[in-house]
Amino acid sequence: MTGHLPSLVPVLPEIILAVGAMVLLLLGVFQGDKSYTQVTNLSVALLAVAAFVMFGEVGSSRQITFGGMFITDAFALFAKTLVLIGSGVALLMSGRYMRDHNINKFEYPILVLLSTVGMMIMISASNLMSLYVGLELQSLSLYVLAAMNRDRIRSTEAGLKYFVLGALSSGMLLYGISLIYGFSGTTDFATLAATLKGMHEPAMGVTVGMVFLMAGLSFKVSAVPFHMWTPDVYEGSPTPVTAFFAAAPKVAALALFVRAMFSAFHGMTAEWQQVVIFISIASMLVGAFIALVQTNIKRLMAYSSIGHVGFALVGLAAGTEAGIQALLVYIAIYLTMTLGAFGAILTMRRSEGMVEDISDLSGLSQTNLPMAIGIATLMFSLAGIPLLAGFFGKWYVFKAAVDAGLVPLAVIGLVTSVVSCYYYLRIIKIMFFDEPAPAFEGGQGRTVGLVVGVAAVLNSPVSFLLISPLVAAAAWAAGSLIL
Amino acid sequence: MINLADMAFYLFAFITVASGFLVISARNPVHSVLWLILAFFSAAGLFVLMGAEFLAMLLVIVYVGAVAVLFLFVVMMLDINFTEFKQGALQYLPMGGLIGLILLAELVTLGSAWAFGDVVGQNITAPIPAASDVHNTQALGQLLYTHYIFIFQTAGLILLVAMIGAIVLTHRQRPGVKRQSIADQAARRPEDAYKLVDVKVGSGVALPTKKG
Repeated sequence: MTGHLPSLVPVLPEIILAVGAMVLLLLGVFQGDKSYTQVTNLSVALLAVAAFVMFGEVGSSRQITFGGMFITDAFALFAKTLVLIGSGVALLMSGRYMRDHNINKFEYPILVLLSTVGMMIMISASNLMSLYVGLELQSLSLYVLAAMNRDRIRSTEAGLKYFVLGALSSGMLLYGISLIYGFSGTTDFATLAATLKGMHEPAMGVTVGMVFLMAGLSFKVSAVPFHMWTPDVYEGSPTPVTAFFAAAPKVAALALFVRAMFSAFHGMTAEWQQVVIFISIASMLVGAFIALVQTNIKRLMAYSSIGHVGFALVGLAAGTEAGIQALLVYIAIYLTMTLGAFGAILTMRRSEGMVEDISDLSGLSQTNLPMAIGIATLMFSLAGIPLLAGFFGKWYVFKAAVDAGLVPLAVIGLVTSVVSCYYYLRIIKIMFFDEPAPAFEGGQGRTVGLVVGVAAVLNSPVSFLLISPLVAAAAWAAGSLIL
Repeated sequence: MINLADMAFYLFAFITVASGFLVISARNPVHSVLWLILAFFSAAGLFVLMGAEFLAMLLVIVYVGAVAVLFLFVVMMLDINFTEFKQGALQYLPMGGLIGLILLAELVTLGSAWAFGDVVGQNITAPIPAASDVHNTQALGQLLYTHYIFIFQTAGLILLVAMIGAIVLTHRQRPGVKRQSIADQAARRPEDAYKLVDVKVGSGVALPTKKG
């Protein structure tokens, strides 16, 4: 038996990113830390090239390579596009902050690139083993990024905490994988699905293993009850890194969650549905109620992201094609909202350094009206006020849940959504009606302002124009997952 | 009548078990490591007897050649009082032995009750070809570099990230560290260091305001 070369075309974007990251690493090592800006710009260009190749060469056709380890389809194309956008925008926003805090090391963009490779492998994983290595590649880079600011104890603590808890969750994930393998004899998603179909009722071990797998994945998407790390890590990490955490890895982990549940465990929908419903409700409740008492805006965004993951999981809980479609629409909109919101947080800078309290925003409308309007739009959208993009996301997931007969889930979602309006609207009230605090220093560069502006426009009522193509793309992506 | 292969097996097996026991019972930690090397070596002999010559060589080169020597260095360099460690180890024996027995009983129960379902049995087809077709080095190579090349390469990327991470997080400029600069020291001239001042009687000297 002689091995023939597996088709490399489906993996081209990943290969380009990985090889490019290594070339940039060499460039950085030879030039030292002064090459930070250059390496960052080249990294963004590399992400664009990868996206270009992904659309041009790989496309949306269903291709499987490496003996079933790696799959590309419309779903992967959709999710990878979001991940590439998230990584690219987070890199573009980071320049000034990293220079100010003296952490402008060239390794930062390299680690972002390598973790993007990990995310793309996660999205395309069609085997429990490639799922694990993709997840580990992404997580390991994120641990390092969280601890990037070594001179601040909070950043170091965030990195350590993330690492220890992440290792624990990887352990649970691996334990689940080993149980699944032990009781089904395979790690391949397609074979697993066929095996489950062949069993009269799923073996106990597979069910237990699947629950462990879901626990590990819940940690990665920071769903309750595996969310404890999120506020501390979001608060402690450098803000551009937090922006990156909240955007791309969430998308990748949710996509992985969906693919694992639908292509491997489709025969056990009744079993995993209960678990997803539970973590979804718990995440929505924690996201709504604990965020009410936060004073630090990064912690607030952490709880907000927990809540949003809960809403996105409502789509998965529906267990239907419409549910996946709703989830994809939701995470696409969430990506724009969260990147915009973190762009706004990056402008909160006074002469004494970065400020992160919500009260520091007071009276922003009188010192910087355009920024206040931008933030207000994003907050309205995060709250899910009708006519803005966030509303459509919630509308689609709740509709999918109701259509799947999960009315109580949708009702709880609506109630928590109303509760969460309070803290989003409070920020708007502070910005527009409170006594002005000293103005923020400008000079975050045009990129951050541009990101906030574009995100605000995308989330404004302009989204009426964009929502139908987005829904169509999500439907097409979701359709490729259901066979 | 015992043939030669059986004799070799019993010889290697006995030495492996005996040296394994001596690893934990030796008083001197350096002796422990030496017994460990013997255990590895005899295990390598067992691998050869089973026809897995590649694994045998790997065990000798990697474990004996690198890992055990590393242990030896660590044991010699770290001045740990191992005899203190071992004191009182005996009093844990009844409890430890009991738990060990329970574990063994559980394993035996599990092993006897283990059964594969129909579908599961079909899935477990070894991805390696029959032993008569290829020798074991080739079979291992096919697994690592053909079947699982994707995972192998991704694992390599993970190690690269680990390396970058270790360097980023530890290699940094610490504030307040004074380093020796030989160039500066060698470039220092007498006139930088001292100044001759003619002092008039009764006027005193002004302190130098600026270093040269």
